[in-house]
Amino acid sequence: MRIDCVVNGEPRRADDVWAGESLLHVLRERLGLPGAKNACEQGECGSCTVYLDGKPVCACLVPAGQARGREVVTVEGLGDGDLHPVQRAFIAAGAVQCGFCTPGLIVAVHDLLARTPSPAEEEIREALAGNLCRCTGYEKILTAVRLAAGREHES
Amino acid sequence: MRPVSYSRVADVATAIGTVAADPDSTFLAGGTTEVDLQRIHVARSKRLVDINDLPLRQVEELPGGGVRIGAVARMSDVAQALPVRRRFPMVSEALLLGASPQLRNMASIGGNLMQRTRCGYFRDVAAPCNKREPGTGCAAMTGVNRGHAVLGTSEYCIATHPSDLAVALVALDAVVLTQGPAGHRQIPADDFYPMPGETPDREHPVAHGELVVAVEIPPLPMASTSNYLKVRDRESYEFALASAAVAVSLDAGVVTDVRLALGGVATKPWRARRAESVLVGAPATVESFRAAADAELADAVSHGMNAYKIELGRRTIVRALRTVTGDARMVSDDGNPP
Ligand SMILES: Cc1cc2nc3c(=O)[nH]c(=O)nc-3n(C[C@H](O)[C@H](O)[C@H](O)COP(=O)(O)OP(=O)(O)OC[C@H]3O[C@@H](n4cnc5c(N)ncnc54)[C@H](O)[C@@H]3O)c2cc1C
Ligand code: SF4
Ligand code: FES
Ligand code: FES
Repeated sequence: MRIDCVVNGEPRRADDVWAGESLLHVLRERLGLPGAKNACEQGECGSCTVYLDGKPVCACLVPAGQARGREVVTVEGLGDGDLHPVQRAFIAAGAVQCGFCTPGLIVAVHDLLARTPSPAEEEIREALAGNLCRCTGYEKILTAVRLAAGREHES
Repeated sequence: MRPVSYSRVADVATAIGTVAADPDSTFLAGGTTEVDLQRIHVARSKRLVDINDLPLRQVEELPGGGVRIGAVARMSDVAQALPVRRRFPMVSEALLLGASPQLRNMASIGGNLMQRTRCGYFRDVAAPCNKREPGTGCAAMTGVNRGHAVLGTSEYCIATHPSDLAVALVALDAVVLTQGPAGHRQIPADDFYPMPGETPDREHPVAHGELVVAVEIPPLPMASTSNYLKVRDRESYEFALASAAVAVSLDAGVVTDVRLALGGVATKPWRARRAESVLVGAPATVESFRAAADAELADAVSHGMNAYKIELGRRTIVRALRTVTGDARMVSDDGNPP
């Protein structure tokens, strides 16, 4: 089947998409956007988080057909030609080790700060509960969020 | 995921007609259960009929204090909806304590009620499982059953029902509205979930092609201060080991009315009727709460690794009752007075 949708602000088309494919597969393998990662494919880890019509979702559980006519934003689409402040905060805080969880976390943090510019500690933890990281132990990720929220002095 | 065809439908009649006409088809809402189970070959439908465009997304106040929730409304939207938060906070809490933000943005109310058990053997097509393949046996009986049920079990299946929302709906006497080839039905939430008995593969009364269109929660003034307590292995993003949805009405320190339902400990969202009958007319004291909890768990049966759930279930009941009756500050983490 054919999938027409808007990805990172641009109309995109994928042809010969098999009905059993996920949005994640279409993004990574057909549209050249490997930012969102494929880790668990079960909705458990959040590595595949992208915006679908403005809401963060697990792209591994979205059948490709559901993206037809809708708007997708991936980690590649967050910055305006340059890195987004959330991405810069992750680098500055050293919140990345293997990096597999990072794109999903960046999208989740981007969404959190768009809704709640100055989140409390519990709000940060709850908002990121769906994003698992096997490497960092989360401390530096929390530091990155505080940094991006302009609360670096508290870390 | 195996080869399937995918189509979108825009009206309820077409949705029902399309699925009813093809035994290999199924409704697709948020996909967070269906796509997952397709991928691990537990769900085997060939044709997915996407119902997200159906006009069933509204959350409406009903006259008299009830609420009607459309079947494809998202968990995240319903949790935030004012009528739900004001009238039935236990529903909002049950939704927010389930899954993750990403999943709640996708998952629907109808899909939540229809989700399948998280029993590891059910999800493993190589394991014997009477629910997935009737007659093959139950690997959980003598296997890893730490998460399994202690109430409502049978010798055929001991799996819990995983939905948090359903626990709150059973406590509130909600009604599931369906529409199918045979017409409209109204099914009380408690009847929606049968006990496993000899047929654990029969998980609900919904026929092939029958669509859940909405859930209606009838008025219950005391539910405006209700709550949902969920006990789990980690603070967030985990299924319940034990949970309780509770609403209480007091008069001069005596319980005049109570609704109590349990999750995580039973094979279905469990209305705690024995505990309720112990509580009505009793003083709202820890002693009464303990007596109620003992009565409810009196017939609990463990299968080894889940033995702790009997005591955990009791403590969850006591703690939920203390919280909802305003005695929370007296409760320590183990549910006992300090
Ligand atoms: C990692 C993870 C953690 C989770 N944690 C929790 C938790 O803590 N608590 C909790 O309660 N849930 C939890 N869930 C389950 C989640 O809430 C359900 O997967 C979700 O609610 C299902 O809704 P959906 O719209 O995605 O359903 P779908 O996957 O689209 O559908 C599920 C099933 O229901 C059928 N169906 C869907 N809508 C209808 C309808 N209107 N009428 C008839 N049939 C229908 C489908 O045919 C399918 O068989 C978790 C899920 C995952 C993946
Ligand atoms: S407990 Fe139920 S779902 Fe799990 S293996 Fe046994 S029969 Fe299957
Ligand atoms: S890959 Fe989608 S949640 Fe893990
Ligand atoms: S950095 Fe490796 S999973 Fe998070």
